[in-house]
Amino acid sequence: MATVKIKIDGQAIEVEEGSYVLGAAQSLGVEIPTLCYYPFMSPYAACRICVVEARNNKGWSKIVTACNYPAWDGLEIFTETPRVVNARRTNLEMLMANCAPVPLLEHYAAKFGVKEPRWGHGTYTCILCGLCVRICDEVVGAHALTFVNRGQDRDVSTPFDLDSEACILCGACAKYCPTGHIKMQDIEERVINHRELNLGPNAAITLPFRQAVPNVPYIVRENCIHYKTGGCMICEKVCPKDCIDYGDRAEFEEIEVGAVVLATGFDDFDPTPMKQYGYGRYPNVVSSIEFEKMNNAAGPTGGKICLENGEEPRRIAIIHCIGSRDENHHKYCSRVCCMYALKFSHLIMEKTKADVYQFYIDMRSFGKGYEEFYQRILDEGGNVIRGKGAEVAPASQSQEAEGAMIVRCEDTMIGKYREVPVDMIVLCTALEARADAKDMARRFNISTGADGWFIESHPKLAPVSTSTEGIFLAGVCQGAKDIPDSVAQGSAAAAQVMRLLCQGEVLMDATYAEVQDELCSGCKICNDMCPYHAIDFDPEKKISHINSALCKACGTCVAACPSGAIKGRHFTDEQIYAQIEGILS
Amino acid sequence: MSKPKLAIYWASSCGGCDISILDIEEKILAVVDFFDLVFWPCAMDIKYDDVRAMEDKSITLTLFNGAIRTSENYELAELLRQKSVVLVAFGSCAGEGCIPALANFFNKDSILDYVYHKSPSLANGGGVEPQPEVQVPEGTITIPKFWNTVRSLDQVVEVDYYIPGCPPQSDQIVNAVMAVIDILQNNKPLPPKGTVLGATDKSCCDECPRERNIKKIKAFTRPFAKVTDPNLCLMEQGIVCLGPATRSGCGAKCVKAGMPCRGCYGLPSNINDQGAKMVSALASVIDSTDPEEIEQIINTIPDPLGTFYRFSMAGSLLRRVQV
Repeated sequence: MATVKIKIDGQAIEVEEGSYVLGAAQSLGVEIPTLCYYPFMSPYAACRICVVEARNNKGWSKIVTACNYPAWDGLEIFTETPRVVNARRTNLEMLMANCAPVPLLEHYAAKFGVKEPRWGHGTYTCILCGLCVRICDEVVGAHALTFVNRGQDRDVSTPFDLDSEACILCGACAKYCPTGHIKMQDIEERVINHRELNLGPNAAITLPFRQAVPNVPYIVRENCIHYKTGGCMICEKVCPKDCIDYGDRAEFEEIEVGAVVLATGFDDFDPTPMKQYGYGRYPNVVSSIEFEKMNNAAGPTGGKICLENGEEPRRIAIIHCIGSRDENHHKYCSRVCCMYALKFSHLIMEKTKADVYQFYIDMRSFGKGYEEFYQRILDEGGNVIRGKGAEVAPASQSQEAEGAMIVRCEDTMIGKYREVPVDMIVLCTALEARADAKDMARRFNISTGADGWFIESHPKLAPVSTSTEGIFLAGVCQGAKDIPDSVAQGSAAAAQVMRLLCQGEVLMDATYAEVQDELCSGCKICNDMCPYHAIDFDPEKKISHINSALCKACGTCVAACPSGAIKGRHFTDEQIYAQIEGILS
Repeated sequence: MSKPKLAIYWASSCGGCDISILDIEEKILAVVDFFDLVFWPCAMDIKYDDVRAMEDKSITLTLFNGAIRTSENYELAELLRQKSVVLVAFGSCAGEGCIPALANFFNKDSILDYVYHKSPSLANGGGVEPQPEVQVPEGTITIPKFWNTVRSLDQVVEVDYYIPGCPPQSDQIVNAVMAVIDILQNNKPLPPKGTVLGATDKSCCDECPRERNIKKIKAFTRPFAKVTDPNLCLMEQGIVCLGPATRSGCGAKCVKAGMPCRGCYGLPSNINDQGAKMVSALASVIDSTDPEEIEQIINTIPDPLGTFYRFSMAGSLLRRVQV
């Protein structure tokens, strides 16, 4: 396409013929105020705030809207002439005459020096800029909004003012409305709501989590406008590297490996069923992971510790052992909570003026430097109460001055029942095995213990290997542990993998099951039961065969073989009978 | 030189074994040609006293069928053991108890009580029960004593060989008897004691022509309650077939006729308890991981004890049910 030369405030620029002046000005860094303009929508020229003066070399001049005035050869644009300033001011005043003093218009009024608009202030908040209609139409593609009526009754609405079935509740209209005329009730409520602390993604483009490897964002299809309407595609337009591919699908890849390290981690115990703590019932009772997210500088509160109403809490209780060391839930100790609870104390005292109360059973600061950290928190003035918080209840009138809720507990140090008023409560929830740990274990032919963690080969001598050769464990999936322990176990698992892969020749256990060919009649009863997939069928001989390299000598097939054709080496019926006879004699 | 002597006896049995011997057709002529048939109560009138009068080890071969249920059975077992060189447990009853041993689910008292007092087809107005000894003017008369437990032959006397089956298949009887004739005629060494004659070491599946696949069983059913695929393994179709835990040699006649193997050829050489093995095998192919569903599937097995131990109760590790 042909290019043309134009000048903007004396600066020359070559642009495509017919492209709009505003774009050229922006690329030169010349500021032109806009109100109804948005880069991914067609220019509408409704607000007329972007007016500039166009001239040619013959003395012709005209006030035009920069957002939709096409460039032609020899065009000269002036953005700050008295004529332009005057026109903008007048246009703004006319907008103000219709509209209540919303922040955006006040901002431009101050900028253009409008102290008191000549025609006064209106009361309505819509300035009919059409951003909402265009974004819904052109970007989102939902076509749910339109202009209605004519003349002074002109307004923005859904057809027939009814709840639109076409609306996909994306919120784009509310987000781009410059005056705040369009609201989404939900969005308004979510300004500072602890529900925002949930860990799931809420944007359409997100990272799985901040430490994800590879650390690249992906599109959450359920939240993405494009997959609902086929529209939007703004991310594709703005991505400088052309990385967006809407056709990309999750794919299954088969990768051949020599060893597997399972590091599937844990689930966070849901404290909702422990009704005495009021989680889910009282707004300022949060779980430890939610509190952690609140402390994150990139989190929903920007790292600020605050109550649901945004205020700073005066007193915070941290209750230990929620769901762990508890006969009704998990008997084990989650091992990490004492230390992160102490860290919370430190953060709270650093960031706020709040008093912190830890309610603990035993303070288990067992690791290197941990006891010292505990002492440091005590020195810093963190309060600790030995006695598990028993119940959370609303504060009575006399207690309200100190906190909105009370934690009831028995302080075993002083042997007294106490009620501690607080504004906020952090529940140190147990680590528990992943909900699908059993399926996972079945898939990898390993076992889980009564509490759901994967079981290692030997608790002392083989802490990272499993009953299946080549499957190793690392981290909390094997049992609750802190970061240093997880790293140590991960390193050990990696070393075990290296040992296995570098070996070349593998030594095998002499104990395994074998099919005695002369006795097998090929009934196929054993074929599908081997947990290690060691049995296959020889279609030529019509008998079953056990791959001794895969066999783990579990004896399942030996017990199942109805013809006695499968023998468990070094663990035969004769041996067992001899043992029984030995005992009985 | 006199001919080798042959004895055939029936203890607690139905008589089917004797008929199956007759079923070898013209081969019976070779048998009587080779042997001197000295004792066969089913076919010849010879008294026990005649046997008692024989010299010890004078009978070359005794085919003993029937389980040991009464004192008479036991007496004859001992007698024939004493008089015979080779004693063969012939048929499933002598070998492992068979149908008579189903009585081991009960005891003597409950059986007599049912038969003489409770059976609906009974006309026993006086409530008479058989007595082992009865005094009459002429003196004391006795009948054999009824044992509490049915035993297999090898549980009361030493047995040299076994020919399994209920009854043993005629062609296998021919094979076994001809093998014995061959051994005796040509002075060949006898097979080791305890050998099972007229059968193989593999299981019945070896002779079964049906197609076998991975087994996943959701429900069991009786054969009459289902139209089965004639080419597919019956167990896969939910019919309890004891073929996998049963010695082959019969030619898989039942399964070829659409009926499941009931296990009459007894346990293969390498296992110790046919019923327990079959239970263990079936437990391994039930297609569920939910304990309640598994329970339901197991409950669909018709008459488990009678199914799994139909032929092997007396010879099994269980031997009898504690009543």
